[in-house]
Amino acid sequence: MKPHTLSVLVENRPGVLSRVSGLFTRRGFNIESLAVGTCEEPDMSRMTIVVVGDDAQVEQVIKQLNKLIDVVKVSDITEMETVDRELALIKVSAEAGSTRAEVMQVADIFRAQIVDVGAKTVVLEVTGGSTKIDALEGLLRQYGIKELVRTGKISVLRGSKTVKSSK
Amino acid sequence: MKSGAKILIEGLQREGVETIFGYPGGVVLPIYDELYNAPIRHILVRHEQAAAHAADGFARASGRVGVCLATSGPGACNLVTGIATAYMDSVPIVALTGQVPTNLLGNDAFQEADISGITLPITKHSYLVKDTRDLSRVIREAFFVARTGRPGPVLIDLPKDISTNQVEDVPLKDPVFLRGYQPTLKGHTRQIEKALSLLATAERPVIYAGGGIIASNASGELVELAERFMIPVTTTLMGIGCIPCDHPLNLGMLGMHGTEYANFAITECDLLLAIGVRFDDRVTGKVSTFAPHAKIIHIDVDPAEIGKNKPIDVPIVGDARAVLQAMLQKIEKGGGRENWLEKIRMWKKKHPLKYEEDGKLRPQFIIQELSNLLKGEGIIVSEVGQNQMWTAQYYCFRRPRSWLTSGGLGTMGYGFPASMGAHFARPDEVVFDIAGDGSFQMNIQELGTVSHYKIPVKVAILNNMFLGMVRQWQELFYDRRYSFTELPPVDFVKIAAAYGVDGMRVDSPDGVREALKTAIETEGPFVLDFRIEREENVFPMVPAGAAINEMIGGHPR
Repeated sequence: MKPHTLSVLVENRPGVLSRVSGLFTRRGFNIESLAVGTCEEPDMSRMTIVVVGDDAQVEQVIKQLNKLIDVVKVSDITEMETVDRELALIKVSAEAGSTRAEVMQVADIFRAQIVDVGAKTVVLEVTGGSTKIDALEGLLRQYGIKELVRTGKISVLRGSKTVKSSK
Repeated sequence: MKSGAKILIEGLQREGVETIFGYPGGVVLPIYDELYNAPIRHILVRHEQAAAHAADGFARASGRVGVCLATSGPGACNLVTGIATAYMDSVPIVALTGQVPTNLLGNDAFQEADISGITLPITKHSYLVKDTRDLSRVIREAFFVARTGRPGPVLIDLPKDISTNQVEDVPLKDPVFLRGYQPTLKGHTRQIEKALSLLATAERPVIYAGGGIIASNASGELVELAERFMIPVTTTLMGIGCIPCDHPLNLGMLGMHGTEYANFAITECDLLLAIGVRFDDRVTGKVSTFAPHAKIIHIDVDPAEIGKNKPIDVPIVGDARAVLQAMLQKIEKGGGRENWLEKIRMWKKKHPLKYEEDGKLRPQFIIQELSNLLKGEGIIVSEVGQNQMWTAQYYCFRRPRSWLTSGGLGTMGYGFPASMGAHFARPDEVVFDIAGDGSFQMNIQELGTVSHYKIPVKVAILNNMFLGMVRQWQELFYDRRYSFTELPPVDFVKIAAAYGVDGMRVDSPDGVREALKTAIETEGPFVLDFRIEREENVFPMVPAGAAINEMIGGHPR
């Protein structure tokens, strides 16, 4: 059981997200994260799905996804050279004074941006791989995390290779 | 300018639709108004579930796409079981549903249900039409998706304003192109060669043939291949009819209620050629002991079925017929497995299907009599349960598309409405629905439809006043505690009469042949109420979770 990263090209149509997520529910597959947005093709969207399972399960996931009419291309990019990013916004308790200074120092080490400052809180924006964000989250917990939002992983192949519709 | 309803009807005609099964309601009024004078025959069912099953029966009997139509909300929801039935058995139907107008969508409007959402996991694809100008394209795509690749149901949800809006119809681009849907039909040449070399050297090969053979019209090729290589063939419930029952290479059905010799052959074979099947649990029993000594070749048009339940040595993605044709082109002859065939002949002789012949009215005898009378011809439809298994075991099917049954979903109440659909697909055939008293009562209201249109469907109820299959399990595995499986007697002849349908009750074996003849010779529908031995069981049987050669109720080995 290990996480697999799938890059999925889908028609940009209403209902396509529920078709994909419904498939995961119905077949009992576990999604770790799913990120979706428009892409370079005007009428398509690209999803990055992280799914946990053994090889046979993930093979079923890919085959079942391929059966959806609105899914144009599925690639398992787990073993390929990729650039992976996730973005998180973290609201941390940080009263003006020494706590705030400490939080800002931690942010600096992680190359996180302070994107909002309130009387009692600051909001950090951080991008990177999942482990980096996990580490930052762990460090900030002692100050009190008021709210945390993560996008889920997005990935792109390194070099000139692409995940494109071959049709 | 044309209304959406008009565009819909023209679209259906373009797809060659002659008959649809439906039930009117508020938001489909514009469509029904257009149907009033349309050259499409509309059959008014008595419950929407029957419309879906009738469309399914039409599709299975004809190989064409069946069509049903229902109104929004409750009408659409009543189609759900029928759509799921078609989905599980890969039957091409297009379900048309009315929907509340687009400006009310999501408002919990009167008779609103999110039917495309509800049917998402049980359709091959679905459309919620939001612009009347899309309608022509959607209809063409829906039929294309339903009938190609692995066939299946497609739903088109039509908000009321989509039907009433007047638009300039958009001309269709030919042919359909969907970039996310390109089924692989032609098998991979090297894989086919690999399969053929395994076939050439195998000593104990068996073909395991399923509904995919019927769906791709590959029966001729299958029999040809079996004969050229002298390979015995066992069929799934869905594959029955792809090889004549009395063909010397036919082993009958395998699996939970299969023949002993089919299950023995699977257990001992060294090569399994699986075609258009999905290694369902009712077939494999304990999957690890299914074909334990065999290399497995699996041909299927749906790549997701290959390796889903059982590891496969030679996967071949493709249309069964195309792949079999390619195989036949490459190889002239094989064979030389006299020892294996002899062993199978011996099993067949020592382990035939059997039931007690003691003067009591037994269901197996009724099926055999019907089979003799119709010479294995006609279209036989079944309900689900014991009636289904007895028919599968004892009716001698000789042609594909002559046996219609709900295999995957196991839908009680399927048979009666499906047989109405079968009649409209092939009006010259005798159509029998083999029913149980439980199943028949699930769609008994369709007596109204068969009476209304004089649909000459014959119903043979194997009436044991039990939910027989569940009772059988209670007898065998629950200490005969018949929890809620006994049904009080019903006078089906009287019920039929109230609908204007003829009927007859039969209590002894002597009356069976005459009664069947009467039903066949009577014009129009007929109901036969056979009062059978109440606690007759379906044997042999593989208990749940056992290996398929560990059967009970068979012969001592």
